Amino acid sequence: MTQNKVEKKTTASGLFGRLFRHQLFIPIAALLLLVIFNLIMDPAFFAIRMEINNAGNNVLLGSLVTILDSGSELAILAIGMTLVTSACGGQDISVGANIAIAGSVMLRIICGEDARAEEVSVGIVIVAFLVAALVAMLFGAFNGLLVAHFNIQPMVATLILYTAGRHIAAWVNNNTLPKINDTSFGYIGGYIPGIPIPTPIFIAIACMALIALVLKFTALGLYTQAIGVNENSSRLNGINPKAIKILSFVILGLCVAVAAFIKVGRNTTINYSGVAKDIEMDAILAVALGGNALGGGRFNMGASILGAYVIQFLTTTLYACNVESSELPAYKAVVVIILVIMSAPVVRDKLKDVGKKLKSKKNVEVKEVG
Amino acid sequence: MKEKAVLEMKNIHKSFPGVRALQAVDFTLCEGEVHALMGENGAGKSTLIKVLTGVYSKDEGEIYLKGHEKAVAIRSPQDAQNLGISTVYQEITLCPNLSVAENMFIGRTKGMGVNWKSMNKMADEILTSLDIPAKSTQQLASCSIAVQQMVAIARAVDMDCKVLILDEPTSSLDEQEVAKLFKLMRDLKSRGVGIVFVKHFLDQVYEICDKITVLRDGQLVGEYEIENLPRVQLVSKMLGKDFDDTSEIKDDSLTYKGEDASEKIFEAESLRSNAGIKPFDFYIKKGEVNGFTGLLGSGRSESVRAIFGADRVVGGTVKKNGKEVKIKKPIDAMKQGIAYLPEDRKRDGIVGDLSVRENIVLALQVLQGFFKPFSKKAQYEFADEYIKLLDIKTASADTPIKSLSGGNQQKVILARWLLTHPEYLILDEPTRGIDIGTKVEIQKLVLKLASEGMSVTFISSETDEMLRTCSRLIVMRDRKVVGEISGDDMNQTKIMSTIAGGGRDDAE
Repeated sequence: MTQNKVEKKTTASGLFGRLFRHQLFIPIAALLLLVIFNLIMDPAFFAIRMEINNAGNNVLLGSLVTILDSGSELAILAIGMTLVTSACGGQDISVGANIAIAGSVMLRIICGEDARAEEVSVGIVIVAFLVAALVAMLFGAFNGLLVAHFNIQPMVATLILYTAGRHIAAWVNNNTLPKINDTSFGYIGGYIPGIPIPTPIFIAIACMALIALVLKFTALGLYTQAIGVNENSSRLNGINPKAIKILSFVILGLCVAVAAFIKVGRNTTINYSGVAKDIEMDAILAVALGGNALGGGRFNMGASILGAYVIQFLTTTLYACNVESSELPAYKAVVVIILVIMSAPVVRDKLKDVGKKLKSKKNVEVKEVG
Repeated sequence: MKEKAVLEMKNIHKSFPGVRALQAVDFTLCEGEVHALMGENGAGKSTLIKVLTGVYSKDEGEIYLKGHEKAVAIRSPQDAQNLGISTVYQEITLCPNLSVAENMFIGRTKGMGVNWKSMNKMADEILTSLDIPAKSTQQLASCSIAVQQMVAIARAVDMDCKVLILDEPTSSLDEQEVAKLFKLMRDLKSRGVGIVFVKHFLDQVYEICDKITVLRDGQLVGEYEIENLPRVQLVSKMLGKDFDDTSEIKDDSLTYKGEDASEKIFEAESLRSNAGIKPFDFYIKKGEVNGFTGLLGSGRSESVRAIFGADRVVGGTVKKNGKEVKIKKPIDAMKQGIAYLPEDRKRDGIVGDLSVRENIVLALQVLQGFFKPFSKKAQYEFADEYIKLLDIKTASADTPIKSLSGGNQQKVILARWLLTHPEYLILDEPTRGIDIGTKVEIQKLVLKLASEGMSVTFISSETDEMLRTCSRLIVMRDRKVVGEISGDDMNQTKIMSTIAGGGRDDAE
């Protein structure tokens, strides 16, 4: 009898505990809150309609499509940021600057000296992307080298590129504003004729599939987490922590190049000081929102990506409520504070206790009144 | 509350998901006594202490303290500290990057300001009075582990405590340091402090303690006066089995002597690392168990680290099965079939947040290669096999290793290396801080592995343990190999005299 009772009790509180402690609890709860909020404010938020856009294509439109579309860069960056966070126990804050560089390199190759491109071949776009990817990965490797070999705090190490990056980007194009006038180049950031879904969504899905494959067919996940948790012990088990740390930054570099590709595709030009501004903060936030420890160690890639879309959902919701873009950060900050506090272990434990108390409310009631 | 009792814990219950760690445990500590808390791995000693110190909250039960009418509520380590309960944990929990004085006074300064001068002066006074060889301004990390431990004790002692808990405090101390600690304990005892002493080393328990409380599987076995409880009975109570004599653990089939005829599986000549040991020669034969012995800081750990490439190897030649090989880093050694269980389990061994399963497959995964990850299914198979084989007590293969007890963590690390099927296994202090039952298990395992042809280097601070397992001992002093003992010379006296050598036998 007694034994049964004890077991029952542990499973009951265990269930509650597990629910609150589950890593996906916070991002999913946040998502649900946003959904409910929008349902109350304006159910039309969720409407998806088919319309002919000004390029003459039949395309899907609606807030949900916008979220998935404009969340693409952030989701891609969250992938790399998760790995860097896990392995190095710190974050790369040069992501936005590195996007400016990669985008600038792409435009430089496509547009050449005269900074104008009327007709663009597929070949040159591929070359431009590959070169830009190489450059972004090299800058990533540079960051990684500072972190892994010189033991510099990731935020401090990447501060260098954060400061210099946008100037390097301007310098690549002699501070001119290159512009691609070929409409077919706009397909990258918009719609491919005949396909009603925005292209960035496909690119983001491709990146997610790629990282899923990498995590499945290599030991990257185990190595990265092992190093993040205990570097000494990982080294004694034959892992090369320096190489893995640099690798994580290089992968983030690749993510940066893909994000830059989408950004350039959307704008067909570049604003050196404005492109992907502060995106690193959103990427870090996505990792945190996904319940991953910013001090490194265990990670859940799916949770980070979900976190990225939650952030985009929030941004789009705020726009839908007619918040000025200049006021956006202030609103976002409030929501962010709530989310981050919610995901703090202290609060989670409290929530768990609340769950326990609800269960045994009858017993407690008498005492509490007294 | 009983007269003279400073602490009474009554009917303590504590459950973790899947494990009932404590069930109706009572514990009473009187003024001026040293009370040993004994039990096997997972018996609930650590849990009981963590409940007492506010690390865990208890599910049921009451705690009474002298001077408090009602049961006290201990919700955090800070609460415990304020109530006069101080703890020195088995693993050092100080801040290595702060100075000794800062570590001693951290969290205890009144107000905002810190008077560095007086703080350092006070720290120095305490250190001198306790005879601890450290300066107040020294960075803690620059002290040896033993000194760090003593600083932790000094911190606890200075906090004017009524209840002092020493959880495996002597694990990393050598004999002289243990003697100093015991002197200190007796001193505190006479001042009326109640001391809870958790230790697996019977000799020390019988030397210093007045009473023993035995736990088994989360339940109270009983409380005994030390003179009424012979060792044999204590062991049998802890294990829940009947033992005729402790000598049974010591002697049965444990003694194995290596075959002399077999070939040398590993050989090193004037091997040198950057950890500051003198170049040394070394060999081990197939199926042999040998060991490095010497005082703490004599260089025994550094020697095996050099063999495994854990420290940077700066000179010497190494032969594996007669062929010269290069071992520069751990992975080189692993590829040669060498495995190494490090001395500092928490720092170098476990990967705390990862699961038991991931910890077990880690080394084999690295050997297998980055591009050939094991499937989840294969990982579970490996993990389940070794959890069963080594009798690892864990809720599941997915439990984070850090929530296991020390002995079980050690078994996981052992499983990790056994899974790689090494030819040569190096065990540096595998039995440190774990209970007798597991100690014996590990010793037996070592001999079984050796009889199956594995070569093992075994290091332990307890010489009798080495005498039982090793057939050859390499003696070190002052970071130098000073002798080798084998055959009939294998006895305590000979080891002691070799270690002592020309009389300069002080550890650092």
